[in-house]
Amino acid sequence: MSSIISIQQLNKVYDSGFVALKDVNLEIKKGEIFALLGPNGAGKTTLISTICGIVNPSGGTITAGGHNVVTQYRAARNIIGLVPQEISTDSFETVEATVAFSRGLFGKPANPQYVEKILRQLSLWEKRNSKIMALSGGMKRRVMIAKALSHEPDILFLDEPTAGVDVDLRRDMWEMVRGLRENGATIILTTHYIEEAEEMADRIGVINKGQIVLVEEKDALMQKLGKRELTLQLQTPLTELPAELNGFALELAKDGHELVYRFDSQSEHTGIAELLKQLGQQGIDFKDLSTSQSSLEEIFVNLVRDSK
Amino acid sequence: MNFYAIKAIYKFEMARTFRTLMQSIASPVLSTSLYFIVFGAAIGSRMGDIDGVSYGAFIIPGLMMLALLSESVSNAAFGIFFPKFSGTIYEVLSAPVSFVEVVCGYVGAAASKSIMLGILILITARFFVDYEILHPIWMLSFLVLTAVTFSLFGFILGILSNNFQQLQVVPLLVITPLTFLGGSFYSISMLPPLWQTITLFNPVVYLISGFRWSFYGVSDVNIGMSVGMTLLFMLICISIIWWIFKTGYRLRQ
Repeated sequence: MSSIISIQQLNKVYDSGFVALKDVNLEIKKGEIFALLGPNGAGKTTLISTICGIVNPSGGTITAGGHNVVTQYRAARNIIGLVPQEISTDSFETVEATVAFSRGLFGKPANPQYVEKILRQLSLWEKRNSKIMALSGGMKRRVMIAKALSHEPDILFLDEPTAGVDVDLRRDMWEMVRGLRENGATIILTTHYIEEAEEMADRIGVINKGQIVLVEEKDALMQKLGKRELTLQLQTPLTELPAELNGFALELAKDGHELVYRFDSQSEHTGIAELLKQLGQQGIDFKDLSTSQSSLEEIFVNLVRDSK
Repeated sequence: MNFYAIKAIYKFEMARTFRTLMQSIASPVLSTSLYFIVFGAAIGSRMGDIDGVSYGAFIIPGLMMLALLSESVSNAAFGIFFPKFSGTIYEVLSAPVSFVEVVCGYVGAAASKSIMLGILILITARFFVDYEILHPIWMLSFLVLTAVTFSLFGFILGILSNNFQQLQVVPLLVITPLTFLGGSFYSISMLPPLWQTITLFNPVVYLISGFRWSFYGVSDVNIGMSVGMTLLFMLICISIIWWIFKTGYRLRQ
């Protein structure tokens, strides 16, 4: 699939001298959900803000839909919708008026039917005549999304869309994002919640200290970096591992009640059969066993640690 | 040109005006009425005519300018400062608009509000004094030109201000003294020669003089000079705004 956003050699140095982005190269494919992960201050928001025109780049080029975001900013921004991290709204405006305002600002003629459709989708229709300051935090977040969708963008940026949002609303938002993708939109989201990326994303990019550390298909990433663990619950606790088991990547846990075996799920030869055979020979009995795959969170923590 | 954006910003700003109708309209009208009561009715009756115009009528253009200048500057400054302060500016910055649309929207709304206010003061004055307008077209042109120019100036102040205090410094410490000393309440020919010369460095003199000419056909300075100075100031303001949007100074990091 072709790229809808193309970032080349992007640099951003703030006036204070802080290097927020360093030689960032990134391609976002049309129609995908791309999750940008990174610790606080890694440059996620700066990257998004630079694409959307809120921050001037110090060097490099960005195109959105083939339009340079600096020299052809009108064409580029026409197709972009942004939901920033901070909830900033015009407190005294009504929900419907603020969404209509956003639509106009992005150069689209008024379309009450479309605005109604978005407000209904986001469960805001009942609140359309309420002033924004009278809404709850989660409702305000939805208003921000409605504003970003008001001009029917092809690309939607969601900067930490579910920060401070309850579980129900989070599920609703995930549904909504999937629905948007089905209608052909490309979605780029940043998040702290790794489960969110795991749940939603087609591809994952990890940014740390202003540099893209990794970009990978989510499934491939999980498989490539994913380590599996086999946990055996022992009948009788062990104080130390028998020397015969030294060849295995084993560890005792829970005061010797559990035996943990790490293996690579990708390899042909996981070594599980041999391990179990050896255990049988050593007379080590177990009452239960389970396997688990390391989560994206662990992968992420390891990546960020490695790049330090 | 993104006309929908201009319309959206203009509508948004005007809605804000009508939400705060009391402080936007009522308070300037009230203070102007007080000026007329004090200077027009109470003191004015004991003052001689200036250039053949009764004192009460003489101060009308000056009072209108006083309100027009300070309201244009503070309206436009607040209009752009508040989104910066609350963070909603992100939307304008990420929208497909150039400085032309942003200025037309914000400055257009601030100027419209000032013009409405000026006309309202003119109507209010009718209750206190009789006056005539010799050149109504010129009067309206001056009104519009001044409102737009000083709204542009206020817009710059709004972008440059870092806090609410800075926002009020210029209207309070610069505009008000310049207007009072710019001949709102007197003809500059009444000043000693040295002060007459110094006064000519006050740009507001040209505004008030030209505006008064449109009412009564008398002026302290040449009318062409008045128009020229105002246009020059407007051009300077537009250039500064163009530069701000080009470089992103105080707008984009």
